[in-house]
Amino acid sequence: MNHDSYRDAYIADILSSCRTIAMVGASPNASRPSYFAMKYLLTKGFRIFPVNPGQAGKDILGQTVHATLADIPGPVDIVDIFRNSEAALQITRDAIAIGARVVWMQLGVRNDEAVKLAEDAGLKVVMNRCPKIEYGRLSGELSWAGVNSRMISSKRPVLGAKGVQHRVLKATGE
Amino acid sequence: MSTDRKPGFNTLAIHAGAQPDPATGARVTPIYQTTAFVFDDVDHAAALFNLETFGNIYTRITNPTQAVLEERTAALEGGTAALAVASGHAAQALVFHTLLEPGDEFIAARQLYGGSINQFTYSFKKCGWTVRFADTTDAESFRAALTPKVKAIFVESIANPGGIITDIAAISAIAKEAGVPLIVDNTLATPYLMRPIEYGADIIVHSLTKFLGGHGNSLGGAIVDCGTFDWIKSGRYPTLSTPCASYHGITLAETFGNFAFAIACRVLALRDLGPAISPFNAFLILTGIETLPLRMQRHCDNALKVAEWLVRQDKVAWVNYAGLPDNQYHALAKRYCPKGSGAVFTFGLKGGYEAGIKLVSYVKLFSHLANIGDTRSLIIHPASTTHRQLGDEARVRAGAGPDVVRLSIGLEDVTDLIADLDQALATI
Repeated sequence: MNHDSYRDAYIADILSSCRTIAMVGASPNASRPSYFAMKYLLTKGFRIFPVNPGQAGKDILGQTVHATLADIPGPVDIVDIFRNSEAALQITRDAIAIGARVVWMQLGVRNDEAVKLAEDAGLKVVMNRCPKIEYGRLSGELSWAGVNSRMISSKRPVLGAKGVQHRVLKATGE
Repeated sequence: MSTDRKPGFNTLAIHAGAQPDPATGARVTPIYQTTAFVFDDVDHAAALFNLETFGNIYTRITNPTQAVLEERTAALEGGTAALAVASGHAAQALVFHTLLEPGDEFIAARQLYGGSINQFTYSFKKCGWTVRFADTTDAESFRAALTPKVKAIFVESIANPGGIITDIAAISAIAKEAGVPLIVDNTLATPYLMRPIEYGADIIVHSLTKFLGGHGNSLGGAIVDCGTFDWIKSGRYPTLSTPCASYHGITLAETFGNFAFAIACRVLALRDLGPAISPFNAFLILTGIETLPLRMQRHCDNALKVAEWLVRQDKVAWVNYAGLPDNQYHALAKRYCPKGSGAVFTFGLKGGYEAGIKLVSYVKLFSHLANIGDTRSLIIHPASTTHRQLGDEARVRAGAGPDVVRLSIGLEDVTDLIADLDQALATI
């Protein structure tokens, strides 16, 4: 599997079929990228479990913070890593241990050893991407900001169920 | 949804950025001639203002018609994002406003459109940004112009007015050594002929008014982010790499990754300075772009034939068109823009300044006006018009000496263009 570039269908299928995300390295600081991503993905209907030992027991954006992945009460689809590349290896081991389906590493985070571990255990991996940016790109919302979505389509975008200016992602069926 | 095969240039020119309107099914991008957009509720509004979610607030910041034009331009150039603004001048002003602080310097080729020379020399000086000129035909002159305060390098891919082809790769190497972004004005080439990102450009600017819009009806400009410059690693561009006071301390390069520069130009410079493109202009330019590949090829084919004819005329002293085999830039043209050398070039009349003024008044098909990149063929005598505000020496260095006539060849039957020049030359 080539991790330098991903097929749009690979990312779209992950984001449209997964419902729960454990965000490792989540921050209560409203200027951090993890806060932005969490807020956006919550509006898109994802259930998000923030994981941060230093904030355990407190809450971020109304969600209780857990100390470790193992503390999360319930199944986790995506483990989203907002830590550095070195930390990604242990987090990946923990993600496998809790039965997650996807290991997702943020912008600038890459760890090839973690990839091998995860893929050998049957998990999908995404590296060096932000799920907020990918969701925005594939749903068409990011195009409002003049960003090149790299998609060509003659189909109508899918509107969100309520409110104005909301798009949602549908599985591609590929 | 794309199947991830890479669409060709012709397909991108028509489709990139556009989908049928979800509310009505309208196939063509609607003209969202509106100033503002409703919010769901106050929380939605707050999220939009904080950049936490994507959407439209006010047309000075974003507009859905404009957004299609932006994505189209970014896709054609191979960039990560783009920002459409009121004019090419505005695009340049916002780029430098985002990159530089007062006291900073930048290097620019001296072979530039006269308007850029004026902007850099006068208005930018007022902002505390100092330009140092170098010779686009000599890459080493860029290295010689470097100082510790230089924060950017600016060149035109095909230079106005003379159609000089710039060795972008050579200048890019110097920019990379110096750790500064390379800005390329790709107006005269358009991405159909050449994509500066392939030769190391970090930022591309356009006057959409010209060949991209293509029909001489709408002013517009664009900034394209190539997504190639590492703002955080450089640390010399605080606007991008340090917490942003007007957005609650987010660091733009961290939050927006490889399209942070385009976002910064929009949410800071455009927000505060205001040169927004009109949705109607964006629509007309978008329509023009659909036929960019067809038009540019015809522009170049016509230009070559006109240049070849001019070479044979007694009253013409010289013709500077890189498409001509004995031109000093021909080798560069074959390397950088093999499909054609553009449609803008100059020639010199043996009769000098007076002959130039006469020629432009006797043509009947060419339009005497200050523009380039129209379906209509255009003619101008730069020394008495676009480059008039420069001194004699600066004019000559910019390729606009007293005997120089500039043509922008359009899409008419080339035999008609030649006939028009023929009858006008006969009167001199």
